[in-house]
Amino acid sequence: MLSRVADRIFWMSRQMERAENMARILGVTSNLVLFGASERQDENLRAPLTITGTAAPFAAKHEALTLNALITFLALDETNPSSIYSCLRDARDNAHAVRWQITSEMWETLNATWLEVRSMRRERVIGAGATQFFDWVKERSHLFRGVTYGTIVRGEAFNFSRLGTFLERADNTARILDVKYHILLPAVEDVGGALDYYQWAALLRSVSAFETYRALYRDQIFPIKVAELLVLEQRMPRSLAACVAELNQSLERVEGEHDHTVKRLAGELLSRLTHADIEEIFRGGLHEFLTTCLADFTELGIRIQRAYLGMV
Amino acid sequence: MQRRHYDEMHAADRAVRPHYRAFAEWLAATPAERVAEKRREADLLFHRVGITFAVYGDQQGAERLIPFDTIPRIIPRAEWELLVRGLKQRVAALNCFLHDVYHSQEILKAGVIPPEQVLTNSAYQVAMLGLDLPHQVYAHVAGIDLIRHDDGIWYVLEDNLRTPSGVSYMLENRKMMMRLFPELFERQRVHPVEHYPALLLETLRDIAPHAMRDATVVVMTPGQYNSAYFEHAFLAQQMGVELVEGADLFVKDGHVFMRTTGGRQRVDVIYRRIDDAFLDPLAFREDSLLGVPGLLSVYRAGNVSLANAIGSGVADDKSTYAYVPDMIRFYLGEEPLLANVPTWQCRRAEDLAYVNGHLAELVVKEVQGSGGYGMLIGPASTAAQIEAFRERLNANPANYIAQPTLSLSTCPTFVERGIAPRHVDLRPFVLSGREVKLVPGGLSRVALDEGSLVVNSSQGGGTKDTWVVD
Repeated sequence: MLSRVADRIFWMSRQMERAENMARILGVTSNLVLFGASERQDENLRAPLTITGTAAPFAAKHEALTLNALITFLALDETNPSSIYSCLRDARDNAHAVRWQITSEMWETLNATWLEVRSMRRERVIGAGATQFFDWVKERSHLFRGVTYGTIVRGEAFNFSRLGTFLERADNTARILDVKYHILLPAVEDVGGALDYYQWAALLRSVSAFETYRALYRDQIFPIKVAELLVLEQRMPRSLAACVAELNQSLERVEGEHDHTVKRLAGELLSRLTHADIEEIFRGGLHEFLTTCLADFTELGIRIQRAYLGMV
Repeated sequence: MQRRHYDEMHAADRAVRPHYRAFAEWLAATPAERVAEKRREADLLFHRVGITFAVYGDQQGAERLIPFDTIPRIIPRAEWELLVRGLKQRVAALNCFLHDVYHSQEILKAGVIPPEQVLTNSAYQVAMLGLDLPHQVYAHVAGIDLIRHDDGIWYVLEDNLRTPSGVSYMLENRKMMMRLFPELFERQRVHPVEHYPALLLETLRDIAPHAMRDATVVVMTPGQYNSAYFEHAFLAQQMGVELVEGADLFVKDGHVFMRTTGGRQRVDVIYRRIDDAFLDPLAFREDSLLGVPGLLSVYRAGNVSLANAIGSGVADDKSTYAYVPDMIRFYLGEEPLLANVPTWQCRRAEDLAYVNGHLAELVVKEVQGSGGYGMLIGPASTAAQIEAFRERLNANPANYIAQPTLSLSTCPTFVERGIAPRHVDLRPFVLSGREVKLVPGGLSRVALDEGSLVVNSSQGGGTKDTWVVD
């Protein structure tokens, strides 16, 4: 497959996944802010900006950190390249450039999503309709992934689409966990308190892991188990271990001229996450562990770009 | 005085011509509401598939649908076979001419064509001098525009030998008709056109460098904002080859390669849908971002083939057009089977004087123009438009040719108030590799405005399916 085409497909899938993750983060934040206790409001509002590394551009545009300002900036701002609006637009543009290499169902899904978000009234997204909007974004992302999985031939386009999806997802789960853990850290000894319960449940819900936690642990919510679920649990489809396993599977199916450094790094990551122990990770510091993982995800993205997709 | 146009469906006594009879019976027996519903369905389908056409100069970068008319343009087989002979003869002569002007230039030495007509032409590429091409073919894909005049005779209106487009509409129109009205195809045998992409691929493989087998063929596009991007992508997909842009290709060690996820892959034949000037910034326009630096050197070394060849445009220039009958006599020793429209060359003083005296009756065109841009249709223009055009003409006479306003035949067409005659032309696509081939049919374009003779899709023309029937 042409590198240019693979590049478009890779980014198309990344941007769709990014839109979904942004919707997840904002959805949970809205809930915490609207229904949670007041003492952590500011931290909760700041978290999405920290997770996405957009605190500075936000401050340049908005004076006060309010929920409406946050949603305006992260969901709708067309000049913010990581807003949901921008991600849906860019995913559609990438699909448009390669619409002959993807299935018409994939193209139509992304095109319809873009046309709909473009014509959406702001009032529908800010305020009472916010939750519905975030659910809609998640649904469109689910639909796109399902349509992709269900229609595209198992070949390069499929492989690079999967690489985009799971690299983005791994990166996101690591960021969400890192930031939320940081906020909740002072209260770790306080496990089981009402506030913490909401906070931890919200974190789990943001990655669709609340029911999974209940089913797998049949226990109260303990921070260390939350971390174990989101980092090491292979069966949990948004965990780092599961995403990295998917990345390795896709990489096995592609062949490039100088791609050994890509495959080596992906293999190292998998091995690190497969043969790990959560208590050991905690002894070294969860934040330090996640920081290393995030740096490796970034490096993996760069190497994929170099080995298969052309210019970095 | 109202001129009487040739009607493709009805004879002078209003009787339906024999080859239209089956269709006419079906139309009479089918409720108008059903036909109208099918026409709406066609619009929806075309939109969904995205067969659209970007319009140059449209500020919004709008993609527009080319209107599709559901009444086919039907040609009886015997007549089509005459056209085929004429088309093959014409394209063969044009290819002989191209080979000649880039080699020994016999036709110029013999005084058949004035040398300055060829050698000073902006489409003449000195880089092509002495270069031998596989099978001595230059114009591998030729779109020859034909019209039928009031006298019922077919005329060649122009030859398109650079990057003629429209073949995707020929194919999609047929697919659409078969989908909307399958019963029509049971009533009579319509010769198929669906194998065009296979013939095109065969032609492109025929011209591979060093007569190699298993050549890697690609389609090269200027990109998704080009007006014919849909067609480029469509043909690549139908042939099962890569659709590349200039940035996907690079030159190394005397060959052209494309960048793929698996590393570099050699490219042997490029069906390029970009103009000569943009192909290689080292050789032609250095500001071209669409091309491939070094491509010309690989081409000259014979390690990559281009379709169509560089410099083919010298043969389809509207002032060269006038000499095509002479080319046929000179190279093939035959009389032309297809008629040429009489043409005045404005670069000749006596012709220019005539044209200046008869602007209101003539069609005046730019010699390098295409797409219906920059032309004057005398009888359809106001006095002010004619005078404005006269200034442009006399400022640069060599840039123009003039022809009598030939009338195009009409074909019944759905318009807002029922069915009415509208003018049509026909562009068959002639493929030349090891041999000359074409599918039975072509693109019929129709001028949807009453009385209009401009069928170009960029000027609001529509298209029809074209049937060759037994």
